[in-house]
Amino acid sequence: MDELIKYAPDLAVGFLHNLQIAALCAVFSLILGTILVVMRVAPTPVLRAVGTVYVNVVRNTPLTLVLAFCALGLSDTLGLIFSDTPITNSFWLVVLGLSAYTATFVCEALRSGINTVPLGQAEAARAIGLTFSQSLRLIILPQAARSVIAPLGSVMIAMTKNTTVAIAAGYLAESAFVMRDTFDDTGVSIPIFLGLAAAFMAVTLPIGFFTGWLAKRMAVAR
Amino acid sequence: MSSQASVLFDVPGPRARLRNNILTLLTVVGILAVAYFVYVKFDEKGQWSAILWRHFLEAKTWTDFIIPGLIGTLKAAALGSVCALVFGAVFGLARLSDHWWIRVPAGAVVEFFRAIPLLLLIFFLFFLAPSVFGGGDYTLLALVTGLTLYNGSVLAEVVRAGVLAVPKGQSEAAYAIGLRKSGVLWLILIPQAVTAMMPAIVSQLVVLLKDTALGYIIAYQDLLNMGFVILPANYFGTRVSSAIVIAVVYIGLNMALSALATWLEKRSRRSSKTSAKPVAPPSATGVGAPGAGVAGGTPGI
Repeated sequence: MDELIKYAPDLAVGFLHNLQIAALCAVFSLILGTILVVMRVAPTPVLRAVGTVYVNVVRNTPLTLVLAFCALGLSDTLGLIFSDTPITNSFWLVVLGLSAYTATFVCEALRSGINTVPLGQAEAARAIGLTFSQSLRLIILPQAARSVIAPLGSVMIAMTKNTTVAIAAGYLAESAFVMRDTFDDTGVSIPIFLGLAAAFMAVTLPIGFFTGWLAKRMAVAR
Repeated sequence: MSSQASVLFDVPGPRARLRNNILTLLTVVGILAVAYFVYVKFDEKGQWSAILWRHFLEAKTWTDFIIPGLIGTLKAAALGSVCALVFGAVFGLARLSDHWWIRVPAGAVVEFFRAIPLLLLIFFLFFLAPSVFGGGDYTLLALVTGLTLYNGSVLAEVVRAGVLAVPKGQSEAAYAIGLRKSGVLWLILIPQAVTAMMPAIVSQLVVLLKDTALGYIIAYQDLLNMGFVILPANYFGTRVSSAIVIAVVYIGLNMALSALATWLEKRSRRSSKTSAKPVAPPSATGVGAPGAGVAGGTPGI
């Protein structure tokens, strides 16, 4: 218990970095995921193909590889540099990689939501003369989004937990790295592990409860 | 997908066709622009020089690096899968127990390991092992134990959902013909549940296979480590080219398993051997698959 108290400030700072990454990735992955799902159901075959290929390739690549590639491929080789400070640069690389990865799961969740919208809704939308983008924007997506709140909550929980993999992109400031550091210094400590586990549960469990509650509240009665 | 898409939009008329063509053109131009940018940047850094790619045509690169790495990955995945299936079966059934003193602890274990980041767990086990067992190489042990605890907990939920998905009348009928609790479970519920669970189990095994890549971070000798650390150390400058090669291997492996999951799902949907509907893939939450994704496509697509 002494170790946990002694290292609590360091661990808290690391955990805050996890939360920062998670908050940014939540925004970006939801936006990118929505764009991807629009591409995947669009009337233009090429757009559909691009969306499908992107989702299948990125989803089947391990996140560790995605993040390592962001650091070593995109940044070192292709010269994608967000900032001259290495730690800030790797922070944004993690946000980029994790958002790009999570967006594929957001897209798949939304696409399964589109399938829960009854055909009659789309037919009625077309019958009153709405265009594809109007019917998607006004009729289909709002209903689809409401039916996938709970799965989207799981995606966000997983994404929050995945922020610990940031270490693979060379971002050496978040809690998994801090934990390893303290273990290197003082040997393994069960209280530190349990403390961090509790911190993650304190964030992920409420997301689960909240999205579960919201899903029930927002459910479309059919 | 195609039926759904066609109901979203009409058969294109002249204006829609024009718009489609413009969008197609813009997309193609965009992709070509990105490809050109990547090409130029690679060219600047000399990534296209044949010397960086030639190694992958030599048998030695494969026999000495990539195949051993692949074996490392598959070994961790196979051990992890077997242990996770056992763990999942035991804890999933324990959660269905009639005795609260079995049900409650099993539930606590499952919920705990599902809620914490897998990498923290692997780090913890990696550092814990030497202080318990003495010195040695514990990368495989830590990786497999971590994968087992996490994926096993997810599979426990799948098992529980599978047994609960068998209609209640089945167990009522079984009790009515005089079977005991264990008989009902083993003769009636589990055989039907297994069929319903298969797609969800296979898609979780895809997640497990992807999660083995976390071994890279504790320096386990897997495919990722071989590709990112050891190959570039032996052939200078091949980091990007080897990353691309191992990415292709990973994606191929996962897509094959995903295709298997989709096929199993289709088959069990038509199966008359079970009265249970296929269990939805775990809405859980791994490094591999956040969210409700059967690997090959969310159910119902």
